[in-house]
Amino acid sequence: MFTAGIDMGSRSVKVVLLEEVAVEGVPGKQYSVKKAHLMMPGDLDADQAADKAFNEALSAAGVTRDQVKAVFATGAGRTQVGFATEGVTEMTAGAKGAVFMYPQARTVVDVGAEEGRGIKTDADGKAIDFAGNEKCAAGAGSFAEAMSRALQLSLKEFGEASLKSDKSIPMNAQCTVFAESEVVSLIHSATPKEDIAKAVLDAVASRVCAMVRRVGIEGNVVLIGGMGHNPGFVASLKNAMDVDEVLLPELPEYVSALGCALIAAERVH
Amino acid sequence: MNAEVAAATAPEKKEFWRWQENTWFDESKNWKDAKIITCGIDVGSVSSQAVIVCDGELYGYNSMRTGNNSPDSAKNALAGIMDKIGMKLEDINYVVGTGYGRVNVPFAHKAITEIACHARGANYMGGSKVRTILDMGGQDCKAIHCDEKGKVTNFLMNDKCAAGTGRGMEVISDLMQIPIAELGPRSFEVDEEPEAVSSICVVFAKSEALALLKAGYTKNKVIAAYCQAMAERVVSLLERIGVEEGFFITGGIAKNPGVVKRIEKLLGIKAVDTKIDSQIAGALGAALFGYTLMQKQGAKAA
Repeated sequence: MFTAGIDMGSRSVKVVLLEEVAVEGVPGKQYSVKKAHLMMPGDLDADQAADKAFNEALSAAGVTRDQVKAVFATGAGRTQVGFATEGVTEMTAGAKGAVFMYPQARTVVDVGAEEGRGIKTDADGKAIDFAGNEKCAAGAGSFAEAMSRALQLSLKEFGEASLKSDKSIPMNAQCTVFAESEVVSLIHSATPKEDIAKAVLDAVASRVCAMVRRVGIEGNVVLIGGMGHNPGFVASLKNAMDVDEVLLPELPEYVSALGCALIAAERVH
Repeated sequence: MNAEVAAATAPEKKEFWRWQENTWFDESKNWKDAKIITCGIDVGSVSSQAVIVCDGELYGYNSMRTGNNSPDSAKNALAGIMDKIGMKLEDINYVVGTGYGRVNVPFAHKAITEIACHARGANYMGGSKVRTILDMGGQDCKAIHCDEKGKVTNFLMNDKCAAGTGRGMEVISDLMQIPIAELGPRSFEVDEEPEAVSSICVVFAKSEALALLKAGYTKNKVIAAYCQAMAERVVSLLERIGVEEGFFITGGIAKNPGVVKRIEKLLGIKAVDTKIDSQIAGALGAALFGYTLMQKQGAKAA
């Protein structure tokens, strides 16, 4: 049996195709990821983008649409996925996926393009509490992206540059628009790019950390969402949260789509 | 120098957000007749203005985009008007810098906050009846109270977030691929007023505007929704300080009727009309402060 989870983020669509498998000697249901697929929709409208991404995932996995028992959607644009059976919130999907990957995790930090949030979860991957950025994009990926543009570094160079700095320059601006001017001022005062990159990522981490603190940091911490690909951010976050370890999936941007597919599998039973 | 700068910043692709830079001077007068010539330079986060005041009267100005270097922006802004009227730096008796880059204005004798300068400029432009000033600039949005002399009595500003400022309007202009000066008029070309864009943050609002377009809103309707959101945002700032008539709007956004008319409607008050470009208010105020200072010095000398 197959189920699918589609995460319609503000910037990209993620699809996870999940297969229920029987493992000999192991009781209960087991799942394996059949295919994970990501697409940047660009000019397509949300429904078309989701449809296209889903079809691409299906054909890559060699699975037909009829074989998929349920398609659940999550993310900011979940209501726009017309063919989805049901929608689940990002908190529900993120917690489920994170605990599936790391059963010991109880605090989930989710940092995507425009959203950052902290989720408290139980051992079943059920979200108990959460706090997120509702009004401002400062604690999210687009903030870091805008600053990497201002620094004229690619996102990869940006993250790597920040790791080379051990300075702690405070960024006064929280707002993405203000911070761009502040970064330009720092460039003109001949501050090394490495130090500015670290200042920016420290600022994002500190914002995210403040959100996570509102729900309380408990147990093991797992980071999901696209910002997990930025090693500078991961280091800043670890430092800001003052924890020994931040669990980091190899493909952090797919975790919510995975959680969504898992919830779909549980519900169709 | 100006030609070089122009060549270096010439847009490669069509930049819809680019607002019109302009230079003006009073052709009925000659600055050489003036006893005291003062200059105000406002280096804002997005635009820079230089204003020349002759014996306490506005003589000329130049308004252009701020580059990524404050001293150069100040020099270029001033060169833009001096070149046009054949003035040299030595001809100017006193220079006052203001705005976000005010401490970096070379050749300035003094720096004065843009709050004080906008109030003073508004007092000149709108007359002594002006009591509440709304300054809508590139990244700033300020509500200022002043007395009949244009002296600041109270103010509030957006210090954390750029929502409700010109930069947000530039982002929308670019997204819609419509020149920024057309946004205001086009915001009224809708069958009915849409709900305001709900996001406050410039980053979120851009995504929301894109989603509205994809959901089938016309561009004009999205622009109207954004203008309404900007108006609501600045009105909430104004209401925190209270609005007294005469109400005067300064800054670049004052040239966008899509926002201004919606603010007037929300407040139930009309803004004082002026023939002078609202964007120069800060630099004008700075130049007028320079004039007052020169008069005091003159009095001392005598």
